[in-house]
Amino acid sequence: MAATETYPDELRYHPEHDWARIEGDVATLGITWFAQDSLGELVHFEPPDTSATITKDASYGEVESVKAVSDLITPLSGEVVEINQKVVEAPETVNEDPYGEGWLVRIRLTNPSEAESLLDAASYRQLLEDG
Amino acid sequence: MQTLLRTPLFDRHLGLGARMVPFAGWEMPVQYEGVIPEHMAVRTDAGVFDVSHMGELEVEGPRANELLQSLLSNDLGRLVDGQAQYTLMTNNSGGIIDDLIVYRLSPFRFLLIVNASNREGDFEWLKEHEIAGSDVRDVSEEYALLAVQGPRSLERLGLDEALAFTFAEDEIDGVACMINRTGYTGEQGVELMVPAEDGPELWDRVVERGAKPAGLGARDTLRLEVCYPLHGNDIGPETDAISAGLGWVCALDKEFTGAEVLRRIRQEGPQERLVAFVMEERAIPRQGMPIEGGREVTSGTHSPMLDRGIGMGYVPANRAEPQTELTIDVRGKSRRGRVVKKPIYKREASPNGGH
Repeated sequence: MAATETYPDELRYHPEHDWARIEGDVATLGITWFAQDSLGELVHFEPPDTSATITKDASYGEVESVKAVSDLITPLSGEVVEINQKVVEAPETVNEDPYGEGWLVRIRLTNPSEAESLLDAASYRQLLEDG
Repeated sequence: MQTLLRTPLFDRHLGLGARMVPFAGWEMPVQYEGVIPEHMAVRTDAGVFDVSHMGELEVEGPRANELLQSLLSNDLGRLVDGQAQYTLMTNNSGGIIDDLIVYRLSPFRFLLIVNASNREGDFEWLKEHEIAGSDVRDVSEEYALLAVQGPRSLERLGLDEALAFTFAEDEIDGVACMINRTGYTGEQGVELMVPAEDGPELWDRVVERGAKPAGLGARDTLRLEVCYPLHGNDIGPETDAISAGLGWVCALDKEFTGAEVLRRIRQEGPQERLVAFVMEERAIPRQGMPIEGGREVTSGTHSPMLDRGIGMGYVPANRAEPQTELTIDVRGKSRRGRVVKKPIYKREASPNGGH
């Protein structure tokens, strides 16, 4: 079943509806409740290669619903250290738990100061309200 | 900026929280709860689609039969009153102007239910070829059309089984309608045609009886799983019926527009064929993606029943056999698939399965 709408305070957000959970020099990335709701039930996750280098604001993979394909935009630059195989196997996990089991990749940050440019939960909610 | 048309059920869709999208000039529901649950409802129980955007053309007169025999590929002479037939409107080069269902209302009166996107083109083509004693009218505005589909659809509506491609006037919970034993999902079901003003009431009764509202998203995944072509994607004025695998609806022993060309293609064998394929790797083929050594994917999606990417597209005739491997260029990545026999999905043998 789909999760209810939330935007946890401990995360940082990118305006393209991606989130980052920053823990030291590692960040976990995923898509927001709004993103998964707009797409509908996910049926495919096209992950980056492990150890790929990804760059802030650029696409690092794709998620697809039956009707739509969406680029994944990374909020932060880094090297991919882990891919969530559970989402590869069962993409609908993202719909069920977008901030928990439905995380997408973990990266080792190459420029942690980039985090300063991201939105906090309140600003991201405001962005959604402003449409 | 073009204004989108709305069906008589527009308010019902909004009331159900549907996601509305532009389609063939209409503002239509693409989904309500979600494509996958709606798809599964139709495969396991019953779903209802608003297909009022489709066109209805009436051809009437002592020479209506003659006009249609010359413009449609299938043999109208095999129909009696109360029967319908899947057929093609073909152009002079054997290309497909539209695919449609023709209903024989009487020996002198026929109804054509056509694709929304081709309604005007079909009407003009018919008008151009009209002969004395045949009158063509576009009556699309007068009707709403609901497709109720799924293994439990008849039970839900309280209807008895009937032969596919037959129709009768009847009523459902007091709403008079034409009940057509046709559909676009591969499941048992009916398409209900009612005066536009009765559409909302009939919709309410059908939903109350347990049919789940389903949108264009599920309509597309359902039809693709059973390999029903979509005009504009898989077939069109530039593609011929033989290459598309629709030779079975072409009565090549009669004369109709383009028949000569189609006879030649059949005799020589088509150079390309429209095949169905299933992805062997995790990837979803989409319309327009290149098929290595072939053309492009004409339709592609994720199959909820197979939980895999599926699609159709034209490949050289010598690579059209089931089991042949093919490679799709999915946004720059080569992904393997395999040609399969149509339909891609078939219900396991069941006494009350679809046609």
